Amino acid sequence: MHTSQAAVDEPAHENPALLHHFATKGQQKNAASLGMWLFLAQEVMFFGGLFCAYLVYRYKYFGDFGSASQQLDIRLGTTNTVVLICSSLTVVLAIRAVQLGKRTALVFWLLATILFGLAFLGIKADEYAEKFEKHHVPGASFSYHELLPGQEKFPAAERQYANPHHAEMFFSLYFVMTGMHALHMIIGVGLFGFLAYKAWRGKYTPDYYTPIENAGLYWHFVDIVWIYLFGLLYLIDRHR
Amino acid sequence: MSDHNPASENTSEHISEHISSLGSCLAIWLALLAGTTLTVAAAFIDLGPFNTIVALTIATIKATLVVLFYMHVKYTHEKLTGLVIVSAIFFLFILLALSMADYTTRLWR
Amino acid sequence: MATAVVSDSGERETYLNAGYGLKSWLLTVDHKRIALLYLMSITFFFFIGGFFALLIRLELLTPAGELVQSDTYNKLFTMHGQVMVFFFLIPAVPAVLGNFLIPLMIGAKDLAFPRINLLSWYLYIIGGTLMIYTILNGGVDTGWTFYTPLSTEFLKTNVISAIVGIFFAGFSSILTGLNFIVTIHRMRAPGMTWNRLPLFVWAHYATSIIQVLGTPVVAITLVLVALERLFHLGVFNPMLGGDPLLFQHLFWFYSHPAVYIMILPGMGIVSEIVCCFSRKRIFGYKAMTLAVVGIAVIGFLVWAHHMFVAGISLYAALIFSLLSYFVAVPSAIKVFNWTATMYKGSITYQTPMLYAFGFIGLFTIGGLTGLFLACLGVDVHVHDTYFIIAHFHYIMVGGMVMAYLGGMHFWWPKISGRMYPEGWGKLAALIVFIGFNLTFFPQFILGYMGMPRRYHSYPPEFQILNVLSTAGATILAVGYLLPMVYFVWSMRYGKPAPPNPWNAAGLEWQTHSPPPTFNFDEQPVVTWEAYNYDEIDKIPEKEEVPVAH
Repeated sequence: MHTSQAAVDEPAHENPALLHHFATKGQQKNAASLGMWLFLAQEVMFFGGLFCAYLVYRYKYFGDFGSASQQLDIRLGTTNTVVLICSSLTVVLAIRAVQLGKRTALVFWLLATILFGLAFLGIKADEYAEKFEKHHVPGASFSYHELLPGQEKFPAAERQYANPHHAEMFFSLYFVMTGMHALHMIIGVGLFGFLAYKAWRGKYTPDYYTPIENAGLYWHFVDIVWIYLFGLLYLIDRHR
Repeated sequence: MSDHNPASENTSEHISEHISSLGSCLAIWLALLAGTTLTVAAAFIDLGPFNTIVALTIATIKATLVVLFYMHVKYTHEKLTGLVIVSAIFFLFILLALSMADYTTRLWR
Repeated sequence: MATAVVSDSGERETYLNAGYGLKSWLLTVDHKRIALLYLMSITFFFFIGGFFALLIRLELLTPAGELVQSDTYNKLFTMHGQVMVFFFLIPAVPAVLGNFLIPLMIGAKDLAFPRINLLSWYLYIIGGTLMIYTILNGGVDTGWTFYTPLSTEFLKTNVISAIVGIFFAGFSSILTGLNFIVTIHRMRAPGMTWNRLPLFVWAHYATSIIQVLGTPVVAITLVLVALERLFHLGVFNPMLGGDPLLFQHLFWFYSHPAVYIMILPGMGIVSEIVCCFSRKRIFGYKAMTLAVVGIAVIGFLVWAHHMFVAGISLYAALIFSLLSYFVAVPSAIKVFNWTATMYKGSITYQTPMLYAFGFIGLFTIGGLTGLFLACLGVDVHVHDTYFIIAHFHYIMVGGMVMAYLGGMHFWWPKISGRMYPEGWGKLAALIVFIGFNLTFFPQFILGYMGMPRRYHSYPPEFQILNVLSTAGATILAVGYLLPMVYFVWSMRYGKPAPPNPWNAAGLEWQTHSPPPTFNFDEQPVVTWEAYNYDEIDKIPEKEEVPVAH
């Protein structure tokens, strides 16, 4: 058994960002990165359970889901999708900024990301309020009396209505899925707020910006979840 | 000295952190916006059963662009990242597929 | 050349004396101290769960339900199950032995994320506190499986507090798994390649994959149950178009792999013990590593075998039945390989080895009965009977708890720096074995004869078997109490342990007992294969593998 001086003698005291149990900064960064990706993997499965429930009921109640989907405001949904895509851009620009050592730009792009995040949440709140007014929130006050998609072309007496229970199922899943997504956005916004403060204090350099990078991964993940939510919830049967 | 040193495999003395060019950041951004436009437009065209497939395909392309470029998976030397992503997607697929195996065959005789 | 750190009083610095006081323990980031924090907590919950078990067995002494009312009985078996599964079985080996040993076994100073390790303990404590609150506030009676719509629509008991408690415990488990995966990938010492890793580490790697990918699904499912209770959503309510089976699919998607979270670490322990007390390399190292990963992967594909009679389609049932047969193959390979390892080995029967033998035999019985259950025709008859209960207790208690005790005895010298009394150890192992079989073997017969599970009263002809089972349970309880007593005794009066009392292979034995805070005096460099007992046993006795003093 021999001593490996190289690994042990990495001068931790010369490098305050290096934690004591790591041999080198590269090892520490790689560990943090892998940890973040594993966290995202479990997030995939966390949302995955909801997607499974959605898949099952969409399969069973396709017509009613189509009807309910048309009740969502596609302009707001599309706007929110654009907002999140822009926020992902500002995140990569923030990372670029710190890699190039530009502290002001870093703070600016982090704040821009927060702004987009808040815009998303604001629009979402508006959508929720509208649903509340139309009595589309599941629970005691839920009421739904809409046609199935494509029924307008039939004479009034023959038009079929969507099953209110199944429409309520759509809205239950809508609120839980977008609500869970919004919760993750709120956490993300808080995280970026904290990072923006630290960045302004000069904590992040081209040599050490792992928290920014990992927060960026989290944010992109939340964006990807929305990309799927938008497609699945808002765009079911729009052509009828 | 550093032969067979797993710790040194993972040190990034040699990792040159890839810095995305401004051009590629914007190009992906535009591609994502284009995809959004496309998916909304396609939703208003009657493609029968293919509406869902088109929507999901566009969503997956957008997600792939974000993962490969914005999340830097294309530029990392680390194959483990790819393995983690693929595993998560695989097990999600199992959950969806085997659950649907029950639901789609419930009414079979 | 580094030497052991010695304090002013001449006492060698260990992780135990490296700081005194509550703060040094409650704010520690040392994986070894965190392991002990977990040890205290899971032992506490083991007794809570065991207490409920004793009440169940007392109730079942007589055919008419006389001790408690049926509603109370529902709470007893529910809380026995929830506490045992989520607060004992899932964390026990990983959070105690895994936490303690993995950095030592791979030659690292700590886990990759020591603060997240501490966080995971606090999350467990929060979850545990909520569970205690649930118990004290009147309990919960959904069954540990929370089936809907009973849990969402019809019960007025503390379902939500139980759910939130389990959610926290689950999050704790995810973080532990995440920590282990990153540690094993990134923190191995020079020379410690994947193919030189102890099988204990491989087993925890496979376990961690399940923890990270499976637990989130039950987490979101329980969130849905809670939301349904609060807001009457209808996702699982047939009256509103929901499907109760959807809950079961989502629940079992995690809860089946969860049983592999419980057993794989135990298998890792058995591999270490069998090699040491047979003085042989493991037979088929590569196959053993493929087997643990195979169990983890295939384990995700079989969940609906818990739902054969629930109303899933016959075609889905056929698929899951076939897949369930496949998952037995890697487990069987492991049993064959342990046996082949012992063949022509130099076997000695210290306490850890007794527990390992117990594991191999009882796990085999439990596993084989699982194959009976994978057969649709058999399952129709024995589902929801005591046959199922016996099946999973053979694996969980006969398997996993025995492996845990074996591991605790094997590594006790390393953890505490003391030897436990070997005579008492052997006696306790024997009492556990006898008590266990007396408790659970009659339950196979009861189930086959038709006694349903979760019933507190039963036809009089089943009484004799129930009495035997209860008698066994009391003997088993004694068997479990003994180690508690002599482990504590040994901390004061036990013989001080040398670094390697078993002359075992593995990096953890090449540092002091108990280890210093940063594990090794010098960074180890590994140049030998795993389980190199042939080399170790060539060294004349007194020269232990060099450890700087």
